[in-house]
Amino acid sequence: MGRRLTFDIFRYNPSVPGSTPRIQTFQLEETPGMNLFVALTRLREEQDPSLKFDFVCRMALCGSCGMLINGRPRLACKTFTRDLPAQINLFPLPVFKLLGDLSVDTGTWFRNLALKTGAWLHTSRAFEHDAREERMDNETALRIYEAERCIECGCCLAACAKVHLQKEFIGAAGINRLVRFMLDPRDERGVAQYFEVLGSENGIYGCMGLMGCEDNCPKDLPLQLQLAYIRRRLAATGVSRSQTRQGKG
Amino acid sequence: MSSYRIHVTDALIIGAGLAGERTAIELAARGLEAVILSLVPPRRSHSTAAQGGLQAALGNCAQGRGDSPDVHFKDTVKGADWGCDQNVVRLFVNTAPAAVRQTARWGVPWSRITAGKRRMPDLSVVEESEASAGLITAKKFAGTTKWRTCYAAEGTGHALQYALDGMVLSLGVTVHDRIEAIALIHDGRRCLGAVARCLRTGDLRAYLARATVIATGGCGRIYGLSTNSVINEGTGLFLALDTGLACLGNMEAVQFHPKTMPPTWIPVSEGGGGYILDRNLDYFMPYYQPKNKKVPYRDVIARHMQERIRAGLGVDGPHGPHLWLDIRHLGATHIERHLQNLAVFCRDFGGIDPVRELIPVRPAQHYVMGGVRTNIDGAVYGLEGLFAVGEAACWDLHGFNRLGGNSLAETIVAGMVVGRKVAEFALGHSLQYSSRLVGEHLAAQEYRLRSLIAGKNGCENCYELKKRMQRIMMEYVGIFRTGTGLRKAMAELQELHQRAQQVRLVSNSRGANPELEAALRLPGMVRLALCITCGALARTESRGSHYREDFPNRDDINWLNRTLAYWPPGAELPVLKYEPVTITELPPGERTASA
Repeated sequence: MGRRLTFDIFRYNPSVPGSTPRIQTFQLEETPGMNLFVALTRLREEQDPSLKFDFVCRMALCGSCGMLINGRPRLACKTFTRDLPAQINLFPLPVFKLLGDLSVDTGTWFRNLALKTGAWLHTSRAFEHDAREERMDNETALRIYEAERCIECGCCLAACAKVHLQKEFIGAAGINRLVRFMLDPRDERGVAQYFEVLGSENGIYGCMGLMGCEDNCPKDLPLQLQLAYIRRRLAATGVSRSQTRQGKG
Repeated sequence: MSSYRIHVTDALIIGAGLAGERTAIELAARGLEAVILSLVPPRRSHSTAAQGGLQAALGNCAQGRGDSPDVHFKDTVKGADWGCDQNVVRLFVNTAPAAVRQTARWGVPWSRITAGKRRMPDLSVVEESEASAGLITAKKFAGTTKWRTCYAAEGTGHALQYALDGMVLSLGVTVHDRIEAIALIHDGRRCLGAVARCLRTGDLRAYLARATVIATGGCGRIYGLSTNSVINEGTGLFLALDTGLACLGNMEAVQFHPKTMPPTWIPVSEGGGGYILDRNLDYFMPYYQPKNKKVPYRDVIARHMQERIRAGLGVDGPHGPHLWLDIRHLGATHIERHLQNLAVFCRDFGGIDPVRELIPVRPAQHYVMGGVRTNIDGAVYGLEGLFAVGEAACWDLHGFNRLGGNSLAETIVAGMVVGRKVAEFALGHSLQYSSRLVGEHLAAQEYRLRSLIAGKNGCENCYELKKRMQRIMMEYVGIFRTGTGLRKAMAELQELHQRAQQVRLVSNSRGANPELEAALRLPGMVRLALCITCGALARTESRGSHYREDFPNRDDINWLNRTLAYWPPGAELPVLKYEPVTITELPPGERTASA
């Protein structure tokens, strides 16, 4: 027989006028290999069909199911109940707009971020249908992929004290996404252009170095490294610029 | 009608996965305005979960030398067990290399060739030349003669989706996420758009467009065990079917992934380097071994595994019987380095260390070859102005068995090819509609919603019915099928179809309500289940993934054709018609695994 699990889950439906946030308690018997995807699906199907949460791939690839699990931002799909105490508290991720219960609007947040920072490959060159692809060494491809593989779940933002204080700060996910393009030789933007986007208090200089992002990334991305990389690149640009100015003066 | 929001655009695309976004890019690049509707933000689409790779005959790597669209053509047609449209296959294999290279231009970090020698797990040595260094590389996949599967590290679908979504952003394509199309608007001849429901607020709205594209992916979730994302419920398929004008092609062709891991049936692919064992740790598939260069087709492996489980030689697990996948002999270094994803999946979702432990696996539904039947231009049969693309479509590239890597390739190739045709259609046809017609479609959906919310329909529980459907599909319409089982499934599903229209919601909140969404989809899902079942019952032969124990052989004399399922309004069962399969280059022959 499995343990008897107690779930205290945040409930709130903003679309119902006059409704107020509350905590609802559920009980569920633990089954072998149970994770929070299995548990929440059962709670919805067997106990309260109105319970809102977001799962898509249930294999930590789509980034839909970030939530606060006993206070920490985690992907629900890759959290085994056996790694948690019998008392499990579930809250929606902070930072993002609440859609209802455990469902938050990370999609809109990341879409705005991508538009604001120009998070796509910038190239002026037209595609030639019959030409062979340009070469790239595999090390470069792998370095790009290492930054590319962020699934934009929002756990790093929920874990970032600075994002809570400063709404416009783009956080580790935003900075990492731009690192991905800086590392890509196919992108035609120069450091000066990246500086426009990143060289401010809402960019890299907004980071206070608390590293809640790296500690809580469900994909184990080297966020600390990427933040340091940007800082170094931009500092170097700043130095060389001021030297140029001094030289001219 | 005035109280509803009406959006008017050139092209409406339903679904923001790879096929939908690639189609939108083609339209935007041609100066057309496109609106994409999606159940989830685009970057959360099921496409991002596609990890294996994408087939295109670039012929760059050493083991791919000599590859060409012609070789790719043969592999695809044989894999399909000759059930595919050879004109489509030819168009596809010829376009795939350019389609892949184009995505490199959009930023996909395709894995590249490194010059030098590399030792494979079977101890063979592969040597890449300096001349090919830096070009897009490829790996081996089941059913392919050459190494042809391009990949971006271990996240091909993710990398493609992010690159395409970046292009969608840069081209200013409008994406409305958390919006579900719940009915197509048409005048009996031409499709004019869709009625959609906002999943944030529950509000209804209408989208009107010169051309409408269904790109909603597959319907794996009508099966109890599926590798598909939870949103893959076939919404686009029954949207088309419910017009009574469009039809679904080859719905009985359903692919099962041989190796998926409980409790959530995540596919674990080790690239044919492992052994599959039964409860006695007997190694019962002599052809399935690391040294065998002839990796059999997926449907063959899945059947052999299921047979073993049925013979009582499966392992009794807490989530039903399973077999074991053993990859321990590959060693920690190989597993951690080259099978990173598999290792991560085993640890994160199975709680297993694949370096030291056996992995529980069993077959689960993976892909539907069938879908909304279109012609080679992606135009849906029976309804002008409606197109379908990707897994949602039966373009008919895959016939009765899809080769791994061909579905991801299909999304970008079809998006490119069909996108062009959608643009031509939209440019050549103005949007003419009567407000009355749109109002009627909205009113019909409003009525459906209100009845459900008011609890007037009956007192059935939506989730219980859904589970029952999923169990029936696994038991009788799965890997092994018989006339007796299929007839039983048909009777039970028919009854379920009635009951699915008598659902009473347990919850009562308006606005976003997951139970209401499930209840709205359920009758359509049962109709898809019936299309699969009836198609399978009628097809008295075995071809590709469709396996009839009572008719174990392929029958080219009677069944070298494609099933077309129609659902006339108010009908209790689908009406099946058939059309011939186009054979142009490769006449039916023996289906053997490729060397």
